[in-house]
Amino acid sequence: MRDSQRRWTNALIMVLYFILLMLPIYWMLNMSFKTNEEILGVFSLWPRNPTLANYRTIFTDPAWYSGYINSITYTTMNTVMSVAIALPAAYAFSRYNFLGGNHLFFWLLTNRMAPAAVFLLPFFQLYQNIGLYDTHLAVALAHLLFNVPLSVWILEGFMSGVPKEIDETAAIDGYSFPRFFFRIFIPLIRSGIGVTAFFAFMFSWVELLLARTLTSVNAKPIAATMTRTVSASGMDWGLLAAAGVLTIIPGALVIYFVRNYIAKGFALGRV
Amino acid sequence: MEKTKNNRAWLLVLPVVLSVSFSAIIPLMTVVNYSVQDIFGPGQRVWVGKEWYVDAVRDADLHAALLRNLLFSFEALLIEIPLGVFLALRMPARGKWASLSLVLIALPLLIPWNVVGTIWQIFGRADIGLGGYFLNNLLGIPYNYTLNARDAWYTILVMDVWHWTPLVALLAYAGLRAIPEAYYWAARIDAASNWAIFRFIQLPKLRGVLLIAVLLRFMDSFMIYTEPFVVTGGGPGNATTFLSIFLSKLAVGQFDLGPAAAFSLIYFLLIQVFSYIFFTTIRNIGRGDAT
Repeated sequence: MRDSQRRWTNALIMVLYFILLMLPIYWMLNMSFKTNEEILGVFSLWPRNPTLANYRTIFTDPAWYSGYINSITYTTMNTVMSVAIALPAAYAFSRYNFLGGNHLFFWLLTNRMAPAAVFLLPFFQLYQNIGLYDTHLAVALAHLLFNVPLSVWILEGFMSGVPKEIDETAAIDGYSFPRFFFRIFIPLIRSGIGVTAFFAFMFSWVELLLARTLTSVNAKPIAATMTRTVSASGMDWGLLAAAGVLTIIPGALVIYFVRNYIAKGFALGRV
Repeated sequence: MEKTKNNRAWLLVLPVVLSVSFSAIIPLMTVVNYSVQDIFGPGQRVWVGKEWYVDAVRDADLHAALLRNLLFSFEALLIEIPLGVFLALRMPARGKWASLSLVLIALPLLIPWNVVGTIWQIFGRADIGLGGYFLNNLLGIPYNYTLNARDAWYTILVMDVWHWTPLVALLAYAGLRAIPEAYYWAARIDAASNWAIFRFIQLPKLRGVLLIAVLLRFMDSFMIYTEPFVVTGGGPGNATTFLSIFLSKLAVGQFDLGPAAAFSLIYFLLIQVFSYIFFTTIRNIGRGDAT
């Protein structure tokens, strides 16, 4: 009896929390289906005359939808690169003690802490000097700065969960290291790679400062395109809201696919 | 796990070192270079040595921004860590409701940071936003985050709690799932109260993940930039001018690259020292559990 009562209280608390969590998002969704006249004219909890005009603008104007394509392009590039680069390093950290290993690990983590605002200009100069400015590659490379350390961290946790005897048995059976790594080891930590990819995707997708600094036209991210909604005639709230709603969708899809691994990814991280 | 000593492991780590160094060391050296010069424009610069560093010790605005940021980080941690643990304890452990909860709770984490700012900018407005309208017209509390410093502060704080409590909750949830069922059976046999279970089983087991949560949240709240920049732009006055906003106003707004660079190097160093202490603590606790 006491148990079921507690379950109901817990459920109630969670439902309340989710309502509070969703309210601001719902409000943006609500606004995205309104015209600017309705937004500024009447206060209503749901759109009186729902319109898709804001979404139509985004899907028909190349300046808008190319922003989404750019964001997805560099995010995907970054995710693939982060995981590929982090895999061997995470293996090294999980299996070997080596000179300066712990210091190196801490140094990797410190790169998350640099105050981005002041490093923007140097980044801009660097990427302009090497001729990568305004390319997807530039943003993908710059985001490695915080995604590679994170990927090493998470992957190392998963790899430490694989007993070392497997490596040794494979070596006795005559597997070369690359063959062992790709044929045996990687399949064993598949879910870890999935979780890592999720986090790399997430942090690259939400970052704006570097992405905006390193691009102007050809690789401009959607989040930067959104500043276009401020015009001489004031804010275009409806359009801004619609663009915001569309930036949530890729993230929501990714979470849906990895929902069962999210918790695991953290639990097995290097603690 | 017993680890082999092998310095050839550096070969496996090399790609990571190269790729991170490229984006970390070159810009860092450029900032060091700025910090000892007075820069007027392209090609016009004067060597000033340690002048900007001396300034950093005296600059009252910088100290105000630093204190403001410390207070903000402190308040954010104080709310987010307990709230995150509280929620994690109440999330369903398995089944379709668990999946749904995870998806919903993770949602704010995947919204681009400036969109988070936009959401709250809209939500808090008294004329068109639900939150602002509710406070002003239904509760009769005058609330305006663009004019009132206190309102602006609470708006940013509530936004940060909304945005980042899910991360703490996910970490704590993951930590809770890693506790073997046997611990709970033993507690049930002893007729332990819920509080006792929390205090003597769950909390100790969560220590590791909570340290990570505190570290991540401290680092990130200490360099918060995009969200308050979108909502308040640092205002009204200087009420929400956090350290990153202050530095970027200095560097980009006034083009005072030298002082901005010197200040951010000091700040970078401070946060590294703090994190190093934290990091070593985490490692040592991990080692203690293994033996």
